[in-house]
Amino acid sequence: MVVLPILWTIALAFQRVRLLDLSSAGFFGEYTLANFDGIFSSQGFWTSLLTTLTYSVLGTASSIGLGLVCALALRNRFRGRTFVRAAILIPYVAPVVAATFVWRTMLNPQFGIVNHWGTRLFGWDEPIAFLSQVSSEVSLLGLEFSVPTALLTVITFEAWRSFPFAFLFLMARLHAAPAALEEAARVDGATPSQRFWHVVLPQLLPTIAVLSVLRFIWTFNSFDDIYLLTGGGAGTEVVSVRVFNALTARGNIGAASAQAIVLAVVLAVLVGLYLRRFSAREERA
Amino acid sequence: MTSTAQENPKGSLRASPDSRWTRDAVETRLFAVLRWVVIVGVLVVTLFPFYYMAMLSVRSLDEVLQDPGALFVPPSELVISSYQSVLASPEVGGQGFLVFMRNSGLVALGTVAVALLIGIPGAYAVSRLDFFGRRQISALFLAVYLFPSILLAVPLFIFFTRIGLRGSLIGLVIVYVSQVVAVSIYMLRNYFDTIPVSLEEAAAIDGCGRLDTMRRISLPLAMPAITANALFVFMIAWNEFLFALLFLVESRDRWTVSLGLSQLAGSIEIPTTVLMAGSVIVTIPIILVFFSSERLLTEGLTAGAEKG
Repeated sequence: MVVLPILWTIALAFQRVRLLDLSSAGFFGEYTLANFDGIFSSQGFWTSLLTTLTYSVLGTASSIGLGLVCALALRNRFRGRTFVRAAILIPYVAPVVAATFVWRTMLNPQFGIVNHWGTRLFGWDEPIAFLSQVSSEVSLLGLEFSVPTALLTVITFEAWRSFPFAFLFLMARLHAAPAALEEAARVDGATPSQRFWHVVLPQLLPTIAVLSVLRFIWTFNSFDDIYLLTGGGAGTEVVSVRVFNALTARGNIGAASAQAIVLAVVLAVLVGLYLRRFSAREERA
Repeated sequence: MTSTAQENPKGSLRASPDSRWTRDAVETRLFAVLRWVVIVGVLVVTLFPFYYMAMLSVRSLDEVLQDPGALFVPPSELVISSYQSVLASPEVGGQGFLVFMRNSGLVALGTVAVALLIGIPGAYAVSRLDFFGRRQISALFLAVYLFPSILLAVPLFIFFTRIGLRGSLIGLVIVYVSQVVAVSIYMLRNYFDTIPVSLEEAAAIDGCGRLDTMRRISLPLAMPAITANALFVFMIAWNEFLFALLFLVESRDRWTVSLGLSQLAGSIEIPTTVLMAGSVIVTIPIILVFFSSERLLTEGLTAGAEKG
């Protein structure tokens, strides 16, 4: 009796794969490689794969970095720590639709609060269309850089939305770290930064590694945020949004499934490589 | 030890007590300041968007357009017309969020019920019973969870279209359950593992059958984990957007709150302030659920993180 649900879950897992075959078989008769051929020869897919990679790597790194900084700042007790910790988690649990809508309003060039204060305080010449501008010219030290505005904005949003997750796990790990090690380092005269670098960070590394994998996978597959923020325009079309557009706008189920499969395979390869490297390092350590 | 900090660039030895500018003292003071900078900064960054959301929802649109940079609303300017407009049914010119709320609530509660019905026995089995391939099953659960949902979206979309369940809330519940059941089982299993088997053996000696033991011993003990899991699943189902969009977009009276908000956000004629009121309405249940169970949830989610 108890095994049944499990078997059913497994069946579901396999059914999905079979459904995929069913769908293509049902709609296209023979399953050919034509869809994949179409993907690999078109420019659009590669561009969106590169966008996906950039988005995932930068989004993951910045959210974990931010989470680590917060976890360290909240490590020692202070009045109101419980409140601060709960507040930090709000962006992660809030409905994605509401969060993206607020951001879109805040960044709105006409009446958004960011552009309003930006033009007054930071001397921007004109409002910046954060979510619809592919790139903008920024001059630093006399050099002109082209910055992918919209892509950076969605990466910032991703960091804002998912750093609480990293924070939560790093915080839990920090509390589990034995105090004696740090005490010993302090007695030996290690400064705070040395204590962090040589004592605390090594203990956090396994957690950071797991977080990197999880966050990378989720960011790589994420659809909601970018679809709701930009609709995939302005150079932010990640593969999942592309799949969705192929499925709904063009009704091209074959191309949509093929792209989704390529996405999953690329992800599996990347995560596999990472895990292999990481486990090799573990054995050496 | 009379060496000074200059002679010890590595800072590995204590500097003389009379120098106030040792690396250690400077760093300690610096980090004490930085810590508060981070705390204040992070509070502003996380809370401001939600404050802004609440603020815009109680201002009139003209006010917002005249003074977009205002950081607080004087009480004399508070208006609740946005809320009235967003909740009223479309017949009287509102947006009908009450219907969306009902749909979201039904779907989320349905998902919680079904996920627990499957998840509790499943987790118990994986935790307690020895059967062939038990370890592989746990790995498989997580593997399913890490699948891109967009990959599942394509076959599910077709499948549900064919059996005629696309566009029904039931279909959506089935999809959500298949998405969360793996996580449910994983979370609950970790907790069942912490319950000593000896307790159950004692019950068995006293003549309880396996189901009896489960009902009298294991379930009451696992209640915190089950509650945390139920709330977690509720939040996922309430917030989910992609499948709601794929399955329900054609029939407005079946939209969930998230879908309704995203669909209306694209239209020109609905004022931003009204949609902000909608955002507040979507967010409030989640905030309530989250704050009432914050401790349970954080412990439930990070269980096992301590082991590194």
